[in-house]
Amino acid sequence: MSDQISIWPLAAVLISLIGAIPILLSDRRPNLRESWTMLIAFGKVIIVASMLPSVLAGGGFEFVIAEVIPGVPLALRVDAMGMFFALVASILWFFTSLYSIGYMRALNEHAQTRYYASFAVAISATLGVAFSANLLTLYLFYEMLSLSTYPLVTHEQNAEARKSGRKYLTYILGTSIALALPAMLIVYSLTGTLDFKIGGVLAGSGASPQLLALVLVLFLFGFAKSGLMPFHGWLPAAMVAPTPVSAFLHGVAVVKVGVFSILRVIFHIFGPEQLLAVNLGWVICTLASTTILVASLVALTQDNLKRRLAYSTIGQLSYMILGAGMLSAAGMTGGLLHIAMHAFGKITLFFCAGAIYVAAGKKYISHMDGLGRRMPITYLAFMFGAISIIGMPPLGGFISKWNLVIGAVNSDQLILLVVLLTSSLLNAAYFLPFVYRGFFAKASDPVFEEGIKEAPMFCLVPLSVTAFASLALFFYPDIFLRLAQMALSN
Amino acid sequence: MSASNLHVYVMAVPLLTAFFVNLLGRVSNSWVAPLVCGSLSISSVAALVLMGRVIASGGFSYTVGNWTPPFGIELVVDHLSALMLVLISVVALFASISALKSVEQELPGREHLFFTLFLILVAGLMGLVLTGDAFNLYVLLEITSITTYGLIAMGKGRAPLASFNYIIMGSIGACFYLLGVGYLYLMTGTLNMADIARILPTIDGAAAVATAFAFMLVGLWVKMALFPLHGWLPNAYSLAPTGASLIVAPLMTKVSIYLMIRVMFSIFSIDYLFLQHPQVQSGIVWVAALAIVSASALALAQKDLKRMLTYIIIAEVGYMVGGVWLANGTGMTGAVLHIVNDALMTLCLFLAAAAIYYRSGSLEFNSLQGIYRKMPITMAAFTVGAFAMIGVPPTAGFFSKWYLILGGIEAGHWEYVVALLFSSLVNAVLFFRIIEIGYFYKDGEHHGHETLNEAPLLMQAPLVISAVALIVIGLGSGPLVETIIKLAVPVGF
Repeated sequence: MSDQISIWPLAAVLISLIGAIPILLSDRRPNLRESWTMLIAFGKVIIVASMLPSVLAGGGFEFVIAEVIPGVPLALRVDAMGMFFALVASILWFFTSLYSIGYMRALNEHAQTRYYASFAVAISATLGVAFSANLLTLYLFYEMLSLSTYPLVTHEQNAEARKSGRKYLTYILGTSIALALPAMLIVYSLTGTLDFKIGGVLAGSGASPQLLALVLVLFLFGFAKSGLMPFHGWLPAAMVAPTPVSAFLHGVAVVKVGVFSILRVIFHIFGPEQLLAVNLGWVICTLASTTILVASLVALTQDNLKRRLAYSTIGQLSYMILGAGMLSAAGMTGGLLHIAMHAFGKITLFFCAGAIYVAAGKKYISHMDGLGRRMPITYLAFMFGAISIIGMPPLGGFISKWNLVIGAVNSDQLILLVVLLTSSLLNAAYFLPFVYRGFFAKASDPVFEEGIKEAPMFCLVPLSVTAFASLALFFYPDIFLRLAQMALSN
Repeated sequence: MSASNLHVYVMAVPLLTAFFVNLLGRVSNSWVAPLVCGSLSISSVAALVLMGRVIASGGFSYTVGNWTPPFGIELVVDHLSALMLVLISVVALFASISALKSVEQELPGREHLFFTLFLILVAGLMGLVLTGDAFNLYVLLEITSITTYGLIAMGKGRAPLASFNYIIMGSIGACFYLLGVGYLYLMTGTLNMADIARILPTIDGAAAVATAFAFMLVGLWVKMALFPLHGWLPNAYSLAPTGASLIVAPLMTKVSIYLMIRVMFSIFSIDYLFLQHPQVQSGIVWVAALAIVSASALALAQKDLKRMLTYIIIAEVGYMVGGVWLANGTGMTGAVLHIVNDALMTLCLFLAAAAIYYRSGSLEFNSLQGIYRKMPITMAAFTVGAFAMIGVPPTAGFFSKWYLILGGIEAGHWEYVVALLFSSLVNAVLFFRIIEIGYFYKDGEHHGHETLNEAPLLMQAPLVISAVALIVIGLGSGPLVETIIKLAVPVGF
């Protein structure tokens, strides 16, 4: 089945961008405003899901927005890889919107209109990245995401939030302008195109291996949203944002846009064969492995729950990059699949952290002993998320990590196997004691024994759903697995 | 209007209206607004029609008073000059609408004087882009300069001093240019550009021609404030009355770039410019890169919005000079596209600055705290202008920067590429500093809504339109380049 011209990809991207306008206009009427948010979120899931059957059948959708540069239009294209990411992002945005209502109202946060409007623009940008037909369009939406999430990071408007906002932009905007933009221009001047093609566009461009290596490194660091060390510092700093932002943007959308962009470049600009031919996979694997191990070790030392989750995210993101860097079918599938598996797991963990903050006002792990007895559902959900991220059955994370392990074995890189297993142990070490102490340790604060209850329903339902989804993905990974496999082959 | 001399009307309407503004404005101030806006609207429409005609049937030349060149003055209408005419007339129209309010506030009772100079300046700029005569170009350059001196000197405080500085530097620049023209006249015996170009290859006297070229080039560099010849610009532009900087800032440096292109390619040949002296060509790109980096660094040190913008203008001059001298078609395309984009970005930002100044009376960073809640529409437009300056797609600024950087890569001038990227990063820092002050500089307590205090509609309308134009032109930059700019680039690329 060939691609068909269709307005639907544009609609999927624009619905929340245009939806930001009624949200802004309903400033004084919170219930109406949140109705808009939910309506848009629901519409978005429907539009994305409606395109799923034909993508699964091997088709695609295309839409050209504008011809801006010879050979490089602003254009959207829905293929298996984009559909994979869009599905994850739009489903999780729906639950995050629900959760936001519970969280923001329970804490009586200020500037909620700005919050919801920025969120709507951010999800538009995320889907834009997913559906970009070429690198220029991807770059456009990548920048749009950086700019629209800045007000969310700076939400608190105190000195710390402003400082974090500056750090956020310095890392993200700075690397994209200074590294990714020139890399993109070099690719364009070599090939005259920026389209994503299976097999890559750089193959046969006659570029020297040194130049290819330079471009690859520029891209790897240029898309700093992926948190590849040493450009990871923005992510822990961004934890100053309200928890739904950390959950969705810094657990799912923003960080995975970074990974997705890198995977796009590896799969569809360079092409795995080209990278194998010039033997550049080890560059990717080395950078990713280092990040995995260092981030996991740092996570162990963090007492602030959200910061621990942030370092955990940095490590897990590099799993996906590592998988791609293996350049074997199983490794690349596992890397892509981990985008979805980690998303459902990590968003659950963040939702739980937020629920704990809403219910008990606690941010530090050392103050949370015994809290699990008062908030069993939250803690149970946390455990599900944690096990998924560690990569144990029967949760979704096992599937992606299993593929990664096979990929490592297939590519004869036993050292990568060691990295993966060590990191899983470290994951267990920084998650499980927290759950255990929640249920069984002596309460660190006497109020835990009486006054604390579970967070509001608006918080509790989404986190239960995503935890359950993590479980379900173990038994029914078919759709995501299929899409991931389709993304890598004709 | 007869079809063939439409371009004369474009220029003549503001020139003639200038006198009526002066006469009738003395009778009643209410004459000023309709005369100014009316004449510039006519010019804009005529320029657009002219543009359409040039796209459809190509350029032409016109002899004023039927004196045939090389004796008479020749006007040249091609893709590039038609594009510049549209740009000048539209920018002038937008600037004048906003300037009506700010002049009313800052120079009460002197509106007719201000707008007399304003219109003569606009007519002079239009003449500059039309003329095909090297000496006539000098005369028009002086007309625009003298009106600018006057406009700047109408400002408060140290503005007359800044204007005086500008007079000295501007006169030196004009003398240099005139000396260059004198040398060429000695060598060739003609002042018509096409005529000079025809005679030059047939004579020897390489040293004299090179001297002439150097004098003309340096003279124009002073006029366009290419670093390190920029000293006069920051004070002159930031101390000028708001209404004056609205027209001068977006157009003067850009028209000077146009003049450089015109002199380079209408008088001299690509072979002479780029191939015979490659070290000169590559040296100038280095100078441009240095200009970009230095001016950007200086912009970081400013504590006032308008002064900061003046240093950005100086950095942007480096963008375009570098683009022209990269000696390839991509760089040249980028430079011409950037003339259009930079004029509109600067216009947008200065319109926003004018609106803020109208309400708050200060553009110091400290006084901008919480400005977003008081003037949401103004600041939204400002943000679009800021994104364009940083080069965020899909605003127009991204696409010209794209061609410029690509040209740098193709030419192997990596210093220029690095300078452009550095400048983009600096712009990001500069503008996000303001966005942070304006939006987030208040602790996160549950503040109420501060009272709205938006600028008057006459200042907001051109601002919003220019901000929207930045996005529309960005999205339309493909067709813009294909239908106009590719053809505006001098033949030979």
